[in-house]
Amino acid sequence: MKKVSISAKLKKVLIVGLSAVLMVGAFAGCGSNDKKTADKEPSETKNKVLEPVEITNVSYDPTRELYENYNKIFTEYWKNETGQDVTITQSHGGSGKQARSVLEGNEADVVTLALEQDVNELVTGGLIKDGWIKEFPKDSAPYTSTIVFLVRKDNPKGIKDWDDIVKDGVEIITPDPKTSGGARWNFLAAWGFALDKFSGDEAKAQDFLKSLYGNVTVLDSGARGSTTTFVENGQGDVLLAWENEAFLSIKEHPEDFEIVTPSISILAQPSVAIVDEVADERGTQEVAKGYLDYLYSDDAQRLEADNYYRPSNEDILKEYGDTFDLDLRLVNIEDDFGGWAKATDKFFADGAIFDQIYKQ
Amino acid sequence: MASLINRVKSKNNNIIPGFGLSMGITISMLSLIVLIPLASVLITMGGMTFHEFWANVTDKMLVSAYKVSLTCAFTAAVINGVFGVILAWILTRYDFPGRRVLDGFIELPFALPTAVAGIALTTLYSDTGWIGSIFAKVGLQISYTTIGITIAMVFIGIPFVVRSIQPVLEKLDRQCEDAAMILGASRTRIFFKVIFPEIFPAALSGFGLAFARSIGEYGSVVFIAGNIPYKTQIVPLLIMGKLEQFNYAAATSIALVMIVFAFVVLFAINIIQSQISKRAQG
Amino acid sequence: MVQDKGNKIAKYILIGLGALFIIVMLVIPLVTVLSYSLREGWKVFYDAISDPYAIDALKLTLLATVVTLIVNTFFGIFASWGLTKFKFKGKQIITTLIDIPFSISPVIAGLVFILVFGRIGWASPFLSAHHLKIVFAVPGIILATIFVTFPFVSRELIPLMQSQGNEEEEAAALMGASWLRIYRKITLPHIKWGLLYGVILCTARAMGEFGAVSVVSGHLRGKTNTLPLHVEILFNEFHLTAAFAVSSILVVMAIIILVLRNIVEVRVKKEE
Repeated sequence: MKKVSISAKLKKVLIVGLSAVLMVGAFAGCGSNDKKTADKEPSETKNKVLEPVEITNVSYDPTRELYENYNKIFTEYWKNETGQDVTITQSHGGSGKQARSVLEGNEADVVTLALEQDVNELVTGGLIKDGWIKEFPKDSAPYTSTIVFLVRKDNPKGIKDWDDIVKDGVEIITPDPKTSGGARWNFLAAWGFALDKFSGDEAKAQDFLKSLYGNVTVLDSGARGSTTTFVENGQGDVLLAWENEAFLSIKEHPEDFEIVTPSISILAQPSVAIVDEVADERGTQEVAKGYLDYLYSDDAQRLEADNYYRPSNEDILKEYGDTFDLDLRLVNIEDDFGGWAKATDKFFADGAIFDQIYKQ
Repeated sequence: MASLINRVKSKNNNIIPGFGLSMGITISMLSLIVLIPLASVLITMGGMTFHEFWANVTDKMLVSAYKVSLTCAFTAAVINGVFGVILAWILTRYDFPGRRVLDGFIELPFALPTAVAGIALTTLYSDTGWIGSIFAKVGLQISYTTIGITIAMVFIGIPFVVRSIQPVLEKLDRQCEDAAMILGASRTRIFFKVIFPEIFPAALSGFGLAFARSIGEYGSVVFIAGNIPYKTQIVPLLIMGKLEQFNYAAATSIALVMIVFAFVVLFAINIIQSQISKRAQG
Repeated sequence: MVQDKGNKIAKYILIGLGALFIIVMLVIPLVTVLSYSLREGWKVFYDAISDPYAIDALKLTLLATVVTLIVNTFFGIFASWGLTKFKFKGKQIITTLIDIPFSISPVIAGLVFILVFGRIGWASPFLSAHHLKIVFAVPGIILATIFVTFPFVSRELIPLMQSQGNEEEEAAALMGASWLRIYRKITLPHIKWGLLYGVILCTARAMGEFGAVSVVSGHLRGKTNTLPLHVEILFNEFHLTAAFAVSSILVVMAIIILVLRNIVEVRVKKEE
């Protein structure tokens, strides 16, 4: 009780002390506003029916190329449909970090993140209305991916499945699920396999994960760091990676690596959502909805497949049967793990299973 | 003249003008830019009981990360201290071809974004890299070990030490040295008896800054550290982990421990430094 | 004569050690960066650095650096004066508090501004009522940069002025000289190298600052991306070569500053 009153007092003192900083801030803020209106002017003359609109899409790595191309086709589509000019500002970074920045005041009209859980944090923060996951088809996941193995050319260690990478002498590179949201899919994919192998015996599955992480030689803080460690610095025999990122590495170094698809992996569903608080305030709900809806159109689905994401439209996915291994058995977070909230508590919270497997 | 000054000095220390102005500016800017924002660390932790706080900051994994961060930062600061003195010395006292070029390289670690530095160092010191492969032959791994962490910290800390000592050496009166030389003192003796006491406060302050900066460093260290729990995890990484769970209170409580620790170290150094310069001025 | 010979040996050993250290610790990593940035040829390099987003980022970096430099130099001059020329209680505490930004993890340095000005911060109701935006906008980036480089100039000056002592200033004050005059005529000539180093360290660090700025930026392309952040995005996008190419802009900027410093140094030394 006493503590609360102290911090309340401290707050008061600070608010008073802040006024001078604000003046500086206001000064600089005005400056940047001027710039904004100046930037807008050229495009304003074009359209008479609808005011041009600007939206911000806060996304994760590495969707930049996907959205760069998508923004082009969407701008064209939206212009034809409604006659309105739309400019999209992109932001990219680690999924959790990006979600946090939106929570902290980075004004995004839409978020396109790697984890449903990251969007849920925005629901908790009051920025997005509950039930967002049903707002768009396929659980608001227009494209999906999965976890695969990237191994060195000709697969010198003979890695075919999860069983092979827990063997002695196999070095694994994977990011830390504590600091990288995306890395949680890697952990859960392995868990899915282990649970299947030991017919549901969780203690054995935990041992399996323990020996898997025992083989991890570098636990980078993010997925991209792991890729650099494996690809550029030649560490480890196998990299656990998102399928689309594995394809990007192959594209960059076609001679050096190959992709191995395990027998079981996980359906990774990057989530998209409208940030209601921001969109309502700016009056961009309509265009934001149009933006995310169009991700399900045939053109956009093909574009996603070209960028190595699995399109959620099954007919289009089949067109890309050469690229993606469609026989892979996929566990999914809803049915096999009871949703993200449960999975996070069970595996990744402090003292949960991930911490336990590293306990000495 | 000197006696006059001493007389005045003993009576009143404030004959030099500008006290009110300079301290006013110092304290208000310090408060606005540093102290008020930092106070929000305390506010964010407001809801935590002491017990929770303590449990959080003495977590086993965290304690081992403290050890890694502190040991590496200390080692790096010692290395920087030694080489900082050597570098400052040769850059100010000797004239040799390429001196200016060498001099110019000192600040570069600052200008390079820490992440780029981290990636470059990791590549260089991994067992397939230019330098790392040499050490790999004798079975010494550098990248992804605590040695790698230390090297990244040496990289980011060196400008502090060199640039702290250099200006002192630049203006150090050479007459003392020359006099000592004429009196037949050996070079080493002159260095340790005449020069070293002069540059010691500056070296100490450079050491302290390099040390403090290394403890908190994230970008360049995180790539070269293997980040394996209990082995090569550094404290800032654990702070990131807490933030990734949207646990602001836990993250700021670790930050507070780091801040307090850094404050104590820097405070001690500042005290020592001012004692020395007081003694030097008699 | 014998002693001279010994001196020479000592000299060469020291120079050798110093040069070796710089080559291994600083030059080779830089060469690595440059060789990476050119490994796919000049075209990729040129495309990376002439990208409009890279140029926007460069502009923002320059703006933040210049503002930071002005603020921190102003602060450094007054702080070092107040803290070395006078005796008062609590001096060591203030000196240490100034150093604090050095030791704060960049992650936290950014976070503290979020906790003040962000949507979850305590000043947020006031800011949104007045439609002010500080974090995730340019002012936040400047503030974070100032924060991380705050101690640089004062830190360079304080030890120098301490070892200098106060006698000359006291004498001048007794003769009735004004503060400005004392500073220009007596103090400044003694500390000019320290000031110069401080300013250069501050500039270099402000340009390269990544961690803290990353937290408050929001990474809006073309709006709140600084060069180091642009580098990070390229890196995360699997464009390692382009990322290193853009960082070489920063290296070149640093080299320009150092050349300028050398020119100043040579000129001033000639005047003496």
